[in-house]
Amino acid sequence: MSLLKYESQQREPLVDGNKDYHQVTEDIISPIEMKPSRLWYIGFYVSVALLLFGVYSVYREVTYGIGQWNLNKTIGWGWDITNFVWWVGIGHAGTLISAILLLFRQGWRTGVNRAAEAMTIFAVMCAGQSPIWHMGRVWMAFFVLPYPNSRGPLWVNFNSPLLWDVFAISTYFTVSLLFWYSGLLPDLATVRDRAKTKLRKKLYGIASFGWTGSTKHWQRHESLSLVLAGLSTPLVLSVHTIVSFDFATSVIPGWHTTIFPPYFVAGAIFSGFAMVQTLLIVVRKVMNLQDYITLGHIEAMNKVIVLTGSIVGCAYLTELFIAWYGQNPYEWYAFSQNRANLFSPYGWSYWLMMFCNVVSPQLFWSRKLRRNITVTFFMSIVVNIGMWYERFVIIVTSTYRDFLPSSWSTYYSPSIYEIGFYLGTFGLFFTCFFLFAKYFPVIAVAEIKSILKTSGENYKMKMTDIEKADAEKFYIEEVGHAHAH
Amino acid sequence: MAGGIKKFVVGAFDDEKVLFPAVKNVRKAGYKIHDVYTPFPIHGLDHAMGIRETSLHTAGFIYAITGTTTALGCISWILTKDWPLNIGGKPHFSLPAWIPITFELTVLFSAVGMVLTFCYLCQLSPFVKKHHFHPRATDDLFIMAIECTDKTNDAEVQNFLQNAGAKEINVQVAETGWWIGTYDKEQKLYADEKGY
Repeated sequence: MSLLKYESQQREPLVDGNKDYHQVTEDIISPIEMKPSRLWYIGFYVSVALLLFGVYSVYREVTYGIGQWNLNKTIGWGWDITNFVWWVGIGHAGTLISAILLLFRQGWRTGVNRAAEAMTIFAVMCAGQSPIWHMGRVWMAFFVLPYPNSRGPLWVNFNSPLLWDVFAISTYFTVSLLFWYSGLLPDLATVRDRAKTKLRKKLYGIASFGWTGSTKHWQRHESLSLVLAGLSTPLVLSVHTIVSFDFATSVIPGWHTTIFPPYFVAGAIFSGFAMVQTLLIVVRKVMNLQDYITLGHIEAMNKVIVLTGSIVGCAYLTELFIAWYGQNPYEWYAFSQNRANLFSPYGWSYWLMMFCNVVSPQLFWSRKLRRNITVTFFMSIVVNIGMWYERFVIIVTSTYRDFLPSSWSTYYSPSIYEIGFYLGTFGLFFTCFFLFAKYFPVIAVAEIKSILKTSGENYKMKMTDIEKADAEKFYIEEVGHAHAH
Repeated sequence: MAGGIKKFVVGAFDDEKVLFPAVKNVRKAGYKIHDVYTPFPIHGLDHAMGIRETSLHTAGFIYAITGTTTALGCISWILTKDWPLNIGGKPHFSLPAWIPITFELTVLFSAVGMVLTFCYLCQLSPFVKKHHFHPRATDDLFIMAIECTDKTNDAEVQNFLQNAGAKEINVQVAETGWWIGTYDKEQKLYADEKGY
């Protein structure tokens, strides 16, 4: 019973202001019942424009072949696989927040989980496209599916990490989508029951699957969420582990390391939280949700950022040390010359990565900076740039000087359509996010209501009074005199 | 699917603290609670109403092991019997390399199976419409529906709910099943259909 659960007064409230259940519904759902603001339209159109440029870039690539990108025989994975790993990484925060923090009983996840899960789904949609378009002859993409075929049947290679990726990404997408949507059902029912127009009643009625709020349904819903969280927790760790296997199971210097799985997972959480910060700082302002996404929420996420950023930093130093200690000349060359040497062709990207991912998050040891919106917003962008460069460093600096010096390629720079594809994924991501923010409750209404009476500001204040009164009573009854203040 | 037309006395509560003793007293008095509709999950309410634990998680486990066996069965048949590939002279039965896919399919089967089972058990689906006793059941009220039989004196039940602290009380005749339909159309009872 939620109202009997006691929460320490030391913890800051998760919902600010004087709220009751109806007010929570009102605050979160009324923005999606109003006409969107000018700012929304501007953002939406810019996103759609980017998306269209992305569509055109992909059209060029499909029609004229992968030569439209500046990839070559030496650097076979350029921007597109960098983007793939980057987007998958970003897609890790949503499930981490909703699954792992659910298992750890972290109340603050209720304010941010819905938007973070949506972000996860959109990010995985962007990620999944990179390897598909990278295939070149994309009309043969269905060859990755294991089905009895007329080619032998020649099956896919189940021992290949690239096939593991197919399974990992598609499973991750499906499970995240189910988790997100099953959580949305009760909130969509709330929107449906408030709807005034026929069209809204009809559409939200379809979307909410006829949810009634029956106690038995809630009981099953709770069980479903808990088990899905339990399944998603190892899943989220497995996905980036498998992505790292794409590199780690090869014999390319700089990739062939056992530290990759934990290092990639930490990096994924790191960049995912940064993206959540970027989005939510804007959302809470534009949609007036400061009472639900409080400074406390932002601070909690910044703590995760400083932790995972430091784990990533440790991993960078560890692999550098092992490269030297392992005494493999190729490995050491990749690290000492291709990466750490600032004056090598791509050395700048290594040091940019080091600065953005390891040095800059250390600012968040200061509580004042953790709770500063401007600094957090700026840092979230710095971290995402840094994490993009991490993947760029891993891919490009390991491949541009291969084992045959005559095929060294130091002139790789992306073509306009390669960049266009990347911008297109941004377009897709933000188009989806703008539509989500317009048509869906960006905060889990039912979950906020279930923590309101333990963690809402007004209820906590009442609790303080009860505590004081009780202490007085205790002194009078047990000690025999009033407690002197 | 019609759940049958029945009469209900419906009470709306606005506080969980009042709802819990009310549920207990209504049950003690021998009335049959059809259901309590709440805007968010209230822990312990299912026990207070005497609803048994769900076994959805057991279903999830069964789906999970189905996924595991499907993955292991398919991969080992494909790579050892149907088309054994010689990859650097390594054994055809290379279990460690199959762990990632086996794990992913375990999770996938379990998650998809559980969500479908959840929707089936709760009879949730798009284009399904149900009777809602109170529009604020998804907002801020806790709605208790008590089923009336021929012997029930509904004035007495209404009085009882009044004393138990309900804020709004009314009597509704409703079908509790579901209809194929959308929420923009008026609800049509099966009783009004010709030939019912």
